[in-house]
Amino acid sequence: MQFMLLFSRQGKLRLQKWYVPLSDKEKKKITRELVQTVLARKPKMCSFLEWRDLKVVYKRYASLYFCCAIEDQDNELITLEIIHRYVELLDKYFGSVCELDIIFNFEKAYFILDEFLLGGEAQETSKKNVLKAIEQADLLQETKEQKVKLSILH
Amino acid sequence: MSPSVPLQEMIRAIRSARTQCEERGVIQRECAAIRAQFRQADNGGRSHNLAKLLYVHMLGYPAHFGQMECVRMIASPRYSEKRVGYLGAMMLLDEKQDASLLITNSIKNDLSHSNQYVQSLALCTLACMGSAEMCRDLAPEIDRLLRASNSYIKKKAALCAVHIVRKVHDLGELFAPAARSLLAEKNHGVLHGAVVLIIELCERNPETLERFRKTVPDLVQIMKGLVLSGYSPEHDVAGISDPFLQVRILRLLRILGHNNEGASDAMNDLLAQVATNTDSTKTVGNAVLYETVLTVLDIKSESGLRVLAVNILGRFLLNNDRNIRYIAMTSLQKIVGTDHNAVQRHRGTIVDCLKDQDASVKRRALELSLALVSASNVRSMMKELLLFLSSCPAELKAHAASGIFNAAERYAPSQRWHIDTILHVLTTAGGDVRDETVPNLIQLITNASELHCYTVHKLYRALLTDISQQSLVQVACWCIGEYGDLLLRGECQETEAVQVTEDDVLDALETVLQSHMSSPTRITDNVDRIRSIVSIYGSCIDVELQQRAVEYNALFKKYDHMSLFPPPVCGFPQVCDLLDLLGGSEETLQPSPAVGAPAPGLLINTASTAGGDLLDLLGVLEPAPLAPGVTLRHTHTHTHTHTHTHTHTHTPQSDTGLTVTLTASNSTDSDISSFTLQAAVPKLYLSLAGPFLAASHYIKSFLLQVNLKMRVRISYTSQGSAFQDTVQIDSFPGLDAAGQ
Repeated sequence: MQFMLLFSRQGKLRLQKWYVPLSDKEKKKITRELVQTVLARKPKMCSFLEWRDLKVVYKRYASLYFCCAIEDQDNELITLEIIHRYVELLDKYFGSVCELDIIFNFEKAYFILDEFLLGGEAQETSKKNVLKAIEQADLLQETKEQKVKLSILH
Repeated sequence: MSPSVPLQEMIRAIRSARTQCEERGVIQRECAAIRAQFRQADNGGRSHNLAKLLYVHMLGYPAHFGQMECVRMIASPRYSEKRVGYLGAMMLLDEKQDASLLITNSIKNDLSHSNQYVQSLALCTLACMGSAEMCRDLAPEIDRLLRASNSYIKKKAALCAVHIVRKVHDLGELFAPAARSLLAEKNHGVLHGAVVLIIELCERNPETLERFRKTVPDLVQIMKGLVLSGYSPEHDVAGISDPFLQVRILRLLRILGHNNEGASDAMNDLLAQVATNTDSTKTVGNAVLYETVLTVLDIKSESGLRVLAVNILGRFLLNNDRNIRYIAMTSLQKIVGTDHNAVQRHRGTIVDCLKDQDASVKRRALELSLALVSASNVRSMMKELLLFLSSCPAELKAHAASGIFNAAERYAPSQRWHIDTILHVLTTAGGDVRDETVPNLIQLITNASELHCYTVHKLYRALLTDISQQSLVQVACWCIGEYGDLLLRGECQETEAVQVTEDDVLDALETVLQSHMSSPTRITDNVDRIRSIVSIYGSCIDVELQQRAVEYNALFKKYDHMSLFPPPVCGFPQVCDLLDLLGGSEETLQPSPAVGAPAPGLLINTASTAGGDLLDLLGVLEPAPLAPGVTLRHTHTHTHTHTHTHTHTHTPQSDTGLTVTLTASNSTDSDISSFTLQAAVPKLYLSLAGPFLAASHYIKSFLLQVNLKMRVRISYTSQGSAFQDTVQIDSFPGLDAAGQ
């Protein structure tokens, strides 16, 4: 996978994960153009499009578009499954996830994504294991924070 | 995890801004605060600040000043700060930034951290944005982690290794042994990572590929386990056990089995099993089937298995899910060359997809349909394709039109069918036809000599109905010019007779001209071309027609401000075009001094240098004022009142030779001395796309591959002054179509 973008129906970016080195300017340009292209598509259309020299796979979940750019030899259908898996993870973590959750807890959305994909490839195929890892990492963060808070009180 | 209150407050504040301006104000204030916080000593809220900055960055605002903060945070002992610091690094520091090198050391340390979640952060960041240099630095660490760590780390290290190999190809060798041993692991995450890594290694190095071929039996075993095992809750997706891993293994098998009989044999049974047993009711099953089909078609599979694969694609074509139909056609496109007959069996379904609502599906269907046209199905296929052309989206029209032309050219069952098809395309999508196709069409029409009458009638009628299609107008006008007499004759065997008078023809041309005159962009192109047809009538016996033609010529001159040469006389083409033919010359030409009906003067090209070698004739000549009292006369033109005349005649001699006789006569009072004659013919005879609509004689001569042109230069001295004249001779009367 080259990159993944999450954006709203108004074209507002909610998450961007880039797995290829591009300048900020290039990223902005790609984002702007691709968002425009995807938003222009009608509801019943194909989830796949050829854009520039990339294959783009996208799917809309409620008010959010999940959009991935994959390599030529990648399997489009399994990419749809990857997108679906990510949505399921978010859903499990936030409890019936909605766009606001991702807006107000964007850094967590990234942490979850980084526990599921690494370098653009799926690293863990078990939903349970991904969620367990996130839980443990969160716990670690909390414990350390608590430790710090306690030390300040004393 | 408790929410970051400061972060959420800021997000709320930004979102409540009602205008872009207000939002910018809020953000500026926040950024100022964040900057101030960064400068302060450690206050326990650093991670919140950086998170705020990252949010602002995602909205599109600059956040460079956060880069150093990321570096600092990554080095912090606190996990919460590391977490946000690494996230910031992945968002703000790509490998192009200098600051990215500063985190190499932190990453190195964290890779050996006692806590696996810290190790995980380092691995994730390296795999996301590690530069080649960082990768080279840290590769040995990754290799170590591949061998001696827990599953959680191993699976991440494997994907990190993939990134390293993509950045630094040579390092592939380093990871090959570890990758091999990882295949024995039971953990799916590790297996998946290992397979991805092996794919990367094999794709980059053919020797590595050879060595990994030995793993085919192991891979087959793993797949069997997945496909035949019972329900496994941890990895199940709609009844398929770990489809992600299955797809990866299938891809690796494809690479290993490609062009290798032994490996392909070893996986044959398994592939058949997967193809038959996988449930295809959900997307996930189809994803596995899709990968299986791709593998079967790319290895040396048994014919039975191949048929099975193509049939799966055929089933995909009938699937309700548009996505499935789309990928089916993509796959069929890949094999339409090699398994043509198998794909032909699904032609009906593919043609149906031309009517799909989705433009991507339509495009795929068009490509496939064009590839499936053959001599046996051309009539029915063309019907469908022409139907498609009339209603297809604008972006596909040009491609469809040229595809139809190509197919028609290859498989036309008759010339008349061919011309009908072309006419149909021109009337439906004439505006989208590519420029090069028009001269080809003219060639085709020329060659179909028995159908000239039919063609010109049809084109004339088409022209009457619709003059908006550019290419149709061009072809029609040319055709009328060329075969106008057939049109006027009225009768035609192939089509119903229509009484067409010369007036009607001129009316039609007039309409065309008027509409074209109103569009300034095409004015010089078409006016010049069409005027040449009109000038045919300039020499007509019918006075009224002649007058009309003359009036048009005058009208043309009014619009002629951009053109640099006078209207051509019939039989005498525009020199500019010919100069292109003869190798290109950029000079401007002087308009002839003789202006007016019916026959303006010859086009004369003069050069100030007397003499010059023969090659010059074909090269660039400089314009110079017309030498007084000199002219060259071509036998095809009308005579006019100049003092010197010079004619040439030719006699066809033999198959290989042609004699051209030039006779010069001096009708002035003074003597002419130092008379030299130079003649040049071009070596190459080009048939070009470009100006094609001109006087009929002209068109005849250059469309045919062999056309003889000659440029003749005469220089002499008279009354103490040197004069030079050059003339182009473009057609030799008496030469037949083959130029003999």
